[in-house]
Amino acid sequence: MEKEMLTGNASAAWGVRLAEVDYVPAYPVTPQTEIIETLARWICDGLMDAKFITMDSEHSMITAAGAASATGARVFTASSSQGLLYGFEMLYTVAGWRVPLVMVNVSRGLSSPITLEPDHNDILAARDSGFLQVHCETCQEVLDSILMAYRLAEDEQVLLPVIVNLDGFYLSFTREPVEVPDLEEVRRFLPTYRPRHAFFKASQPMAQGVAVLGGLGYSYFKYQMHLACTRALEVYKDVSLEFEKTFGRKHGTYEGYMLDDAEYILVMTNSFSTLGKAAVKRARGKGVKAGLLRLRLLRPFPEMDIRNIMRGRKVVTVIDQNISIGKGGILHSEIASCLCNEEKKPLLLSFIGGLGGKNISPGEFEFMIDSMVRAVETGEVTTQKLLYTEMEWKEMERLKRIAGKG
Amino acid sequence: MERNGKTKKNSGERIKIMEAPIKSIKDLPLEENLLPGTPACAGCGGLLSLRHCLKTLGRNTVIVNAASCFTLLAIYPFTPFKNSWLYTAMACAPAGAQGIRDALDILIRKGRLDTEEDLKVVVLTGDGAAYDMGLSSTSGAIHRNLDFYYICYDNEAYGNTGFQWSGATPFASRTGTTPLGRLSKTGTTLHKKDLFEIWRSQKPPYLATILPAHPVDLANKFKKAEQFKGPKLFITFSPCPPGWGMDPSFSIKLAKLAVNTGIWPLKEAVYGDVVHTVVPKKFKPIEEYLKEQGRFRHLFKPERQEETIKKIQDMVDNYWRIYLSAFTGNKM
Repeated sequence: MEKEMLTGNASAAWGVRLAEVDYVPAYPVTPQTEIIETLARWICDGLMDAKFITMDSEHSMITAAGAASATGARVFTASSSQGLLYGFEMLYTVAGWRVPLVMVNVSRGLSSPITLEPDHNDILAARDSGFLQVHCETCQEVLDSILMAYRLAEDEQVLLPVIVNLDGFYLSFTREPVEVPDLEEVRRFLPTYRPRHAFFKASQPMAQGVAVLGGLGYSYFKYQMHLACTRALEVYKDVSLEFEKTFGRKHGTYEGYMLDDAEYILVMTNSFSTLGKAAVKRARGKGVKAGLLRLRLLRPFPEMDIRNIMRGRKVVTVIDQNISIGKGGILHSEIASCLCNEEKKPLLLSFIGGLGGKNISPGEFEFMIDSMVRAVETGEVTTQKLLYTEMEWKEMERLKRIAGKG
Repeated sequence: MERNGKTKKNSGERIKIMEAPIKSIKDLPLEENLLPGTPACAGCGGLLSLRHCLKTLGRNTVIVNAASCFTLLAIYPFTPFKNSWLYTAMACAPAGAQGIRDALDILIRKGRLDTEEDLKVVVLTGDGAAYDMGLSSTSGAIHRNLDFYYICYDNEAYGNTGFQWSGATPFASRTGTTPLGRLSKTGTTLHKKDLFEIWRSQKPPYLATILPAHPVDLANKFKKAEQFKGPKLFITFSPCPPGWGMDPSFSIKLAKLAVNTGIWPLKEAVYGDVVHTVVPKKFKPIEEYLKEQGRFRHLFKPERQEETIKKIQDMVDNYWRIYLSAFTGNKM
């Protein structure tokens, strides 16, 4: 099949078009806007049979998306960064409504200071909301993940919304060859949404989103969400298998790169994983048995998969493109929690880098891989490190002088 | 005051407006869609209004609720409504209404839902959401000409949290966050926002003020509103016995006093043109309304605050002088 050169945002829009969504409530925010502009154009041209509406905020946008989904429509929406946080209250709310909508987040660092380029504090802030999370490295993966996300969300064992994440700029505006699947094939994989659970209609009055008091109901419904989300791990495996059978591409809960015999493992997510893979390849050239684990499904967290992969390895380094102020890397904590009861657990190092889209250079990757080798030699695990090169430091000193703080 | 069968011109379109089909309380719809047994406070004026609103709106209605006292009407596994219900959050009920309205339209158009399954979409909020936090989503929905009803039950404070100041709190009212003390003997020195005028600036097809003491006026306004596609907005005066400091049995009498003193004008606006629907022949002094309520008691005891009472009376008089003469040609 022919491939087209598409940006990450255009790939997202194609995923939505092929999923034949009914409704797109939207609100512009950089770097996501290209997605909703593309959809608006297609809907305006009659290429998509859906209603597009610009709301008055992301808070309203997520509400409209959830309410439409609770009425029985297939719904898509998208946001980034400040927008995601502005709508934050409604992420938890619509997840509790158990509505199977799909949202794309185009990652961007959070204010303040206000910025445009990516890190993952925005998407990871939504970690506990009840949305499932799929994190993408490539444009193809963005398109494919949206199709898989609807299958996953609409499965009656799951019925939870899904966020598909891609990095702002590095993926949203980067063109890559993408195979756009045939619509008939997509229809076989993802049939029209016909909800059987809960939706509004005159012949069936029902109260949705009602208050609960006393903790009994609250705990019950929260546990139900958690169990449905963990159940989604099983459902995901079926969806992934069927996707592979239909389209010939495999997207697991994680992606391993040179993992088989690897002794030193880098753990990364999203587009910067490409830099990590190049570093692993270079390390292999020098005889270091390095490998990379890229987390794709972050909620539900594929804990058993990760424990199985990590068993018998020497050192694991988690590179967090996020920072939990006062604690450190968020994914470092998550990986640590699934390794802590293992009998032969690898040493675990933590680095923070790529905040606000700052590059992670080949030299820094080399430093991280060396740190792993040294940790085995000395048995000493270094404390968490914040990546910042000498050149970057000098440049920052120069900027501070201009700002009068030198 | 009535303008039976008057035609209204809007954007080149002529609509024949049916007026006042309900003549007396005996003509009110018999159906009940809000059943007794709610946890609302005794004498809740908002609840009395809501009962009448839903009688006229009918069964095939979905209520989209914003955080307010009425959020606690439906507590799992019970609901007092024969209608459908969706609780959203505080700021965004009109956005929830947008999602439901759009989804119903799309599903009906695509043949995935029968036309008979259609619902009227009704936003239900308190004044905290309507006047303050929810103003952005409300303005957005009016601007997009969303086909929905909007009912704000206005008890002039954040009632569900125990009666604190809101944008709807009237001048000189005591609330939990505008208390009386050594430095202030007035209560709030800010004036109630004019939500009717804020809405009217966007020229929705229909907006009205209502209250539970005039159910015929209320029902006729809903009957009239249903002829319009687009936003249909209602603010109901809602006596709040625990917040306002009055006996629950007094709610209806106080609502009548609010009309007869002129502090709560009953009016409507069709595409922005205002008409007052109930105008007392002779206005009672505002003092009669104020002195019945604990929230204004400081204006009379321990000493009478003549200047503040006069200021409130002047505001009421000014309203009627300006608005009534401007919109209807009536002279006081």
